[in-house]
Amino acid sequence: MSNAAIESMPNGGNDYAVTLEGVTKRFGSVTALHEANLSIRRGELMTLLGPSGCGKTTMLNLVAGFFMPDSGEITIDGARVSHLPTYRRQIGMMFQNYALFPHMTVEANIGYGLRMRGVGKAEIRKRVSDVLSLVKLSGLGDRKPRQLSGGQQQRVAIARALVINPKVLLLDEPFSALDKNLRGSMQVEVKEIQRKLGVTTIFVTHDQGEALSLSDRITVMSEGRILQVGTPEETYRRPADRFVASFIGDANVLKATIERMEGDKAIVAIGAARISVPAQSIRDAKANAPVDLFIRCERLDIADDKPVACRGRISALIYQGGHVDIHIDTPDSITGKVLLRCPGHMSMSRWRVGDTVGVAVDGTDAVAFTADPSAPPPAPATSPSSS
Amino acid sequence: MPRSPFQRFLRIVGVLVVLAILGFLILPAVVVTLAAFNDRAILSFPPQQWSWRWFAKAIEYEDFRAGFRNGAIVTIWASSIALLIGATFAFALDRYRFPFKQLIETILVSPLVIPHFTVGLGFLILAAELGMARGFLVVIVCHVVLVLPFVLRSVYVSLRNIDPRYELAAASLGASPGRVLVTITLPLLLPGLVSGWLFAAILSFNEFTASLFVTSQRTQTLPVAMYNYVREYADPSMAALSVMYIVATALLLTFANAFLGLGKVLNVERSH
Repeated sequence: MSNAAIESMPNGGNDYAVTLEGVTKRFGSVTALHEANLSIRRGELMTLLGPSGCGKTTMLNLVAGFFMPDSGEITIDGARVSHLPTYRRQIGMMFQNYALFPHMTVEANIGYGLRMRGVGKAEIRKRVSDVLSLVKLSGLGDRKPRQLSGGQQQRVAIARALVINPKVLLLDEPFSALDKNLRGSMQVEVKEIQRKLGVTTIFVTHDQGEALSLSDRITVMSEGRILQVGTPEETYRRPADRFVASFIGDANVLKATIERMEGDKAIVAIGAARISVPAQSIRDAKANAPVDLFIRCERLDIADDKPVACRGRISALIYQGGHVDIHIDTPDSITGKVLLRCPGHMSMSRWRVGDTVGVAVDGTDAVAFTADPSAPPPAPATSPSSS
Repeated sequence: MPRSPFQRFLRIVGVLVVLAILGFLILPAVVVTLAAFNDRAILSFPPQQWSWRWFAKAIEYEDFRAGFRNGAIVTIWASSIALLIGATFAFALDRYRFPFKQLIETILVSPLVIPHFTVGLGFLILAAELGMARGFLVVIVCHVVLVLPFVLRSVYVSLRNIDPRYELAAASLGASPGRVLVTITLPLLLPGLVSGWLFAAILSFNEFTASLFVTSQRTQTLPVAMYNYVREYADPSMAALSVMYIVATALLLTFANAFLGLGKVLNVERSH
């Protein structure tokens, strides 16, 4: 990379490991990525989150150089790379199926990138052995990939990507092929390794739980566009729009009306309850306008003596160990049902399926968006959180 | 599980049908093998007395020796050239879009539907028109055309079975396209290349119909030499030679299986 290229960047290109400026990618008539702007800081783990077809994998492949953008500019480490082929970008990539070379041993797989860089044999041996111990695979260097378990293959894949000291590590849905127990421990391990080495990482996933628990920041995407960039807490507590609110976390969507605006807050009426929400997301709305109130399942409660926001019939009580999920059918929700999450020590025997109960709301983290009858209803908040 | 008599009957019929089919498949080989060990100088079955002498005669017969040498020359050249051309086209068909791709593919596999005698006759006429002597060149070119579709298919299927992410992973690790080809693609393709060559070699070495047209006395391959022999003599040395053919081919496949796995050689197993 030339110094001229680095100097031509604003700030000398030193603040960000990867930037995208107005990057667009079309496949035929489909725009997979629409004028994306994104800056990824040095050492951070940035997650690209969204449903399949949202453009997250396209963005990752553009950074990797597997195809070229139709317009816009990508920089890695301050240098423009949009037209640089993959093998000159100094990236490390881990594929969904790991793509370990089946005809090479573990050692040869990990040493491949170093051999391509012309590193000496002794040096390769040392660095491979170092990274093998980093991923806790010492002693398995002579095996072929097919002789390893899924978790071990994943460690080899990450070791192979890391041993070349990449400027950015790209992870394409790395945990989706693992069973649930292994997935949890590998997530912790990968996060630990990433933090230890301080390598800038772009991580693609459709699993919001995974995104919340691993990321420094999350980029939420839908239909080729970036909807919100923020920390896990920001995207969870202050979703920028309906899509983010419904995609991250289990959200209930209740029908409410605006009572009045108070500066940067809006007071929203829902049944007998009144709660305060940020006014920003409903800035243009008038008093008495209908809004959709997005509220987390752990912020709902059975209204013993509190104001009742809505009434409904319990359709299921599901004991989850740490908590109890109470599913309630109610006409006041735009999906026709709400999900309450109560601490597990609360007695299951207090209510029965079929009971009609009042639901109270705690306004913390609730967000309102203008009611939009044309918008498809968000996914019902019934699945247990995968986080 | 209790079965009704009818179910038992169906089961027995099924087993018999399978045995009959397998029997028919190996019957010619069995008959020829038994005839080869017949001591009497006629091709008869079943033999009354056993002997190895027809094997010795087949090996010593000069026309067979020359046929074997000629066949080996033609086979090695034809399969190797076909492999080179077939692998190149397979790469092009798998990796690139270009005009008339479909047409080119159709032409490349057309010898599958053109009778061998047509191909042989065509080359015979062509060689005469061009004033070419009926030497090895025309035989080799003719065999290349005949075995090319098989090589092409074999390599093409192997290429399709290689996960493109191996090559992307190699590129992400800093390998230029040339080094990706040498360190990743070709090693993963090796079973396909070997099987393609092996099929081409077996087909070429056994090819008779087209060879009859394009070979001369000087270049006749083993099947042509055998045909010429059987027109004049009817002793079991033919059968002995056939047995050696079968054994040699079986050994070749066993060898290939030991090194590469028959599944890979026959392309019935995915390479990853």
